[in-house]
Amino acid sequence: MAGISGGKPTQMTMAQAINAGLRRALEDDAKTLIMGEDVGKLGGVFRVTDGLQKDFGEDRVVDTPLAESGIVGTAIGLALAGYRPVVEIQFDGFVYPAYDQIVSQLAKMHARALGHVKMPVVVRIPYGGGIGAVEHHSESPEAYFAHTAGLRVVSPSNPVDAYWMIQQAIKSDDPVVYFEPKRRYWTKAEIDPAAAPDPLHSARVVREGTDCTLVAYGPMVQTCLDAAGAAAADDGRNLEVIDLRSLSPVDFDTIEASVKRTGRLVVVHEAPTFLGMGSEIAARITERCFYHLEAPVLRVGGYHSPYPPSRIEEEYLPDLDRVLDAVDRSLAW
Amino acid sequence: MAVDHVGGPATGAGLPDPVRPDLDTSQTPGLVQLLTPEGERVEHPDWSIDLTDDEYRGLYRDLVLVRRFDAEATALQRQGELGLWASLLGQEAAQVGSGRALGAADYAFPTYREHGVAWCRGVDPLNLLGMFRGVNHGGWDPNSNNFHLYTIVIGSQALHAVGYAMGQQRSGTDGAVVAYFGDGASSQGDVNEAFTFAAVFNAPVVFFCQNNQWAISEPTERQMRVPLYQRAAGFGFPGVRVDGNDVLACLAVTRGALERARRGEGPMLIEAFTYRMGAHTTSDDPTRYRLAAELEAWKLKDPIERLKAYLHKNGLADAEFFADLEAESDELAKRVRHGVRNMPDPDPTLMFEHAYAEPHRLVDEERAEFTAYHASFKDQGQEGGH
Ligand SMILES: Cc1ncc(C[n+]2csc(CCOP(=O)(O)OP(=O)(O)O)c2C)c(N)n1
Ligand SMILES: [Mg+2]
Repeated sequence: MAGISGGKPTQMTMAQAINAGLRRALEDDAKTLIMGEDVGKLGGVFRVTDGLQKDFGEDRVVDTPLAESGIVGTAIGLALAGYRPVVEIQFDGFVYPAYDQIVSQLAKMHARALGHVKMPVVVRIPYGGGIGAVEHHSESPEAYFAHTAGLRVVSPSNPVDAYWMIQQAIKSDDPVVYFEPKRRYWTKAEIDPAAAPDPLHSARVVREGTDCTLVAYGPMVQTCLDAAGAAAADDGRNLEVIDLRSLSPVDFDTIEASVKRTGRLVVVHEAPTFLGMGSEIAARITERCFYHLEAPVLRVGGYHSPYPPSRIEEEYLPDLDRVLDAVDRSLAW
Repeated sequence: MAVDHVGGPATGAGLPDPVRPDLDTSQTPGLVQLLTPEGERVEHPDWSIDLTDDEYRGLYRDLVLVRRFDAEATALQRQGELGLWASLLGQEAAQVGSGRALGAADYAFPTYREHGVAWCRGVDPLNLLGMFRGVNHGGWDPNSNNFHLYTIVIGSQALHAVGYAMGQQRSGTDGAVVAYFGDGASSQGDVNEAFTFAAVFNAPVVFFCQNNQWAISEPTERQMRVPLYQRAAGFGFPGVRVDGNDVLACLAVTRGALERARRGEGPMLIEAFTYRMGAHTTSDDPTRYRLAAELEAWKLKDPIERLKAYLHKNGLADAEFFADLEAESDELAKRVRHGVRNMPDPDPTLMFEHAYAEPHRLVDEERAEFTAYHASFKDQGQEGGH
């Protein structure tokens, strides 16, 4: 992968777009490092770092020992020494060995030092299900991280955002957990390297509508767009879809403005609903929009069960039908 | 698992030397070998083994059947019957040797690749395939064969093994434990913590590391700078490197280590020096990171060929034995194929069934909602609502 040649708009998959964003960050700042398991010669199991070690060398694109706590812990040390490490966790279910370093150290270092040190570390995590994988390869652990003060948490839903948001995350002086919707790695879009990106922590209305607002992020944005398309075609319903993009901080203003127009809100994510992003959004939007709401805020998400074996994962994951079922319930309230 | 779709051309840059110097086991001092790659029996000053003709033939049978099962599983993955398969090709001797060393009261804690150990423990091969097909996460009763569930999170099971050994120590059983892990896993905190706990509590546990030279695309130099077995000394217990493609050496050393553990002499680390002949899993493409020459060199050390040569040379097996074994292999493959193809998908409500051992309100509520939601489609006589 050679990145974007000559700065011209280029058709790319999300995996290639993140690769191009990483490449630009490596070019722009010699302090940027990439670290992780199999990120070098192999280019990562999803090929997101393909070709980067060849072009930037083994000192900048580092195959680490197989130890997630070690990866994040040393990234913290490298950040203290003035580097900007971008670490890859191979799969969502393998971030937990690093959880202590992320939550107790990475998230709190700046505050403990009363601002004297900064932690410009990016933790990239491919997450979510729907690819028929074995255990630990399909989880959605974002709430654990969004719950932690000191971490910024984002998740792009499409190649264009993926390209810009990875660069913005790397430029941030705070630690950013960057969740990559792995089942959307192969979706394509045209990337214009000369365009001006939206701010990292802004949500975006990706489909305008009047009857009900759907809020989603990462892999579920496409699902909600599909649901909105079906609702328009089949039932003449007009659903608004918001791509949240940032999970910490959350752009509640954009959601509030939408809900004040539609009077209804359904939040959709793969992660379990219990204490998930949807719970927080429901609580805040209820506070902000109580008199505008025609129905309680509803959530569609995973269940309070371990992520199931792949042969039944479709029954666990929210799909078009479950989203529209929630819309029906909201409209019937 | 569909993780291999974004492939670009394999680069040739910076690949390791065809035969890495550290892979030349003839240079390893103290390597325990009892059967050479040419099928010659050799003696070792510290480790010996005395087997009956039947036992030699039995080990050969295990190796052949395990390889056949593994090949069948790879084929089933290619045919779409399994989502993924982690092949043990090349590691049969390490697994059968150590697996046959286990006594009835001993317990094994495997990674996701210990199909050969499972075989020795008497686990039905079909049980291993459920998680790779995606119908469960393992699901067998670990206690029925003293073979724990496969563990995918690298290194976690090493601690479970030590804890189990601590339990056996307390209960006064005469069992010991084997903790399996890989060269890559040796970098994990959990594995190093397991070493510490085992040493401090003198736990009856044997750490059996299959150093197959690769952790996906990373060679052992990315995990260690001294031979792995030497690490044991720093934790305070003995470490031994065995020829992992020599089933006799693996059996002898693991047997000895287990006896030691049962006698209350504490843990031991065995590094079985072997090679991952196949891809990491069916999702992996090793041509991107290693050269075929390395594979060629290891083919000459094949664990099955050397025992076959020994059987031939010593007249321990005749044509009928090999023909019968061939037939038995075919039968096994057939049974596995049939069993996998007929493995039913679970009822979706399975996901709620074992989340807790005791009732949990939220799970009950969600199960009820789930069931009602699906029943609503049946009422409408349609698959999907919209
Ligand atoms: C905690 C954790 N991190 C990453 C992975 C992804 N992963 C699966 S297997 C593997 C390599 C393991 O290498 P090794 O321990 O040598 O065992 P082998 O696969 O060679 O048998 C990796 C990195 C994982 N399963 N668990
Ligand atoms: Mg290995």
